[in-house]
Amino acid sequence: MAQRKLGRGVAVVGAGMSKFGAFPEMTTRDLFAQAFREMCATVDKGFDPQTIEAIYLGNYSSDLFEGQGHTAPLLTNWVGLSPRPATRVEDACASGGVALRQAVLAIASGAYDIALVGGIEKMSSLATEKVTDTLATAGDVLFEISAGFTFPGFYAAMATAYLHAYACPTEALLNVGMKNHANGALNDKAQFGQRIADIMEARKKSAAKKGLPIPTWANELEFLRDERANPYIALPLRLFDCSPISDGAAAVLLVADELAAMFTDHPLRVIGSGQASDGALHDRATFTAIPAARLASQQAYAMANVTPVDIQVAEVHDCFTIAEIIASEDLGFFEAGQGWRAAQAGVTARAGTRPINTSGGLKSKGHPVGASGVGQVIEIWKQLRGVAGARQVAGDLRLGLTHNVGGTGQTCVVHIFERA
Amino acid sequence: MDLARHWRLKDQRYRLEGTVCADCGAKFFPPRQVCLECKSTNLTPREFNGHGELYSFTTLRSAPMGFEDQVPYTVGVVKLDEGPMVEAQITDVNADALKIGQRMEMVTRKLRAQGDNGLIIYGYKFRPETKAD
Repeated sequence: MAQRKLGRGVAVVGAGMSKFGAFPEMTTRDLFAQAFREMCATVDKGFDPQTIEAIYLGNYSSDLFEGQGHTAPLLTNWVGLSPRPATRVEDACASGGVALRQAVLAIASGAYDIALVGGIEKMSSLATEKVTDTLATAGDVLFEISAGFTFPGFYAAMATAYLHAYACPTEALLNVGMKNHANGALNDKAQFGQRIADIMEARKKSAAKKGLPIPTWANELEFLRDERANPYIALPLRLFDCSPISDGAAAVLLVADELAAMFTDHPLRVIGSGQASDGALHDRATFTAIPAARLASQQAYAMANVTPVDIQVAEVHDCFTIAEIIASEDLGFFEAGQGWRAAQAGVTARAGTRPINTSGGLKSKGHPVGASGVGQVIEIWKQLRGVAGARQVAGDLRLGLTHNVGGTGQTCVVHIFERA
Repeated sequence: MDLARHWRLKDQRYRLEGTVCADCGAKFFPPRQVCLECKSTNLTPREFNGHGELYSFTTLRSAPMGFEDQVPYTVGVVKLDEGPMVEAQITDVNADALKIGQRMEMVTRKLRAQGDNGLIIYGYKFRPETKAD
């Protein structure tokens, strides 16, 4: 593979997000404005938003979720940035990460010096089965969805293949969920600000209050193994293996590296960027890896001139628990078949040697699909600048990575960031 | 899945018709216009015999719209003996008895009833291979 370089350096100098969750009282516009305002406030030396030259917006399907198309100029106008060029990017759940890459490439090309990357999705206005149908359009509608597959179904088929190939127990999946909920409990932007244990205790209290028999779960694992508390959605995946239906927005300010000092003394340089595509699940030679993720990460590592062991903190696309395990192998953190062992041994926990999804990941932080890839950058921004608060990873953090997948891996985009 | 769309897919749904590359022999289901192997555009129709191995599967307890009355149901991916992978419902079997790698065969079944008039859509599903074959 040819080693590609950006035409010039690009840096992140501001990053903000709305809270992720279900917000019936808020519109897409409200959510985006909230993320935009917070992003502006994180620019250390302040800046005039009117210096932004272009907007790239990741949004999967405002059309189907809200009956509103043409979202990019609408939201650009909403934050006072008309008549700047506004471009919507759609690559399913990777829309946000690909919007980021488009803005990186635009600045690297010299076309702009300052660009805003946004990500937005408002999913909670539809009933669950309609959300499932909307998400399903990211698969092959003629030959996958018409057979009755759903997204939980696709990832469940990947899980079945993975568990079989590597003699992985289903408990390894539950562990990923427990870990991400523990991280999300320390993130005030997370949809679930609760550990699994907190949810379990709340259920017990609620049963007591209603005069119902109080469940006897002794620990998180017992709770998660209980079919009534944690029903199967698509075997072997249960409810707590799935990311939630979410509303949310995120915004990141990118500038040419040579201008970064005007904005902050602590920018994050975008030193690696990679993206690849693939066919539907039936076009893959394997279900135990996502080939596009392997290609995208190899491109990003080569551009950044770093290796997987150099990455100190990573936000990966855990739309389902199995996806985090597969991602940890696709990114080269662990050998094929070893990801579940590493997760179970606590290696990927916040205090482990390879922390993954310290934000809570999509599982606990929430998964407003078009915003997720941009939201990942906010966590890396906080971790590398040492402002992640209670969930801050210890040590002198210099390198972080984001990994954002669309569909079952028809799109994957990976970025590597270095604290200057 | 409207009527016209179903009609366009009848060769696939009823006969498992894909394509074979006239230049390199690679076989595809669903049918394609460009060979993924050698990038030739010289592809011709090819009917598959519908036998293969179960590559992976899952049982859905939460159904998408149009499948509510079938839940729980099992979907799987079958690797045909001729090469291509097919995603389909698995039928005529208790899902607990399914094993990766087991022999499967195509059958024609009702996929779903559609719309107010209850138009019945037929197409391929897969079941464990029967001895008779």
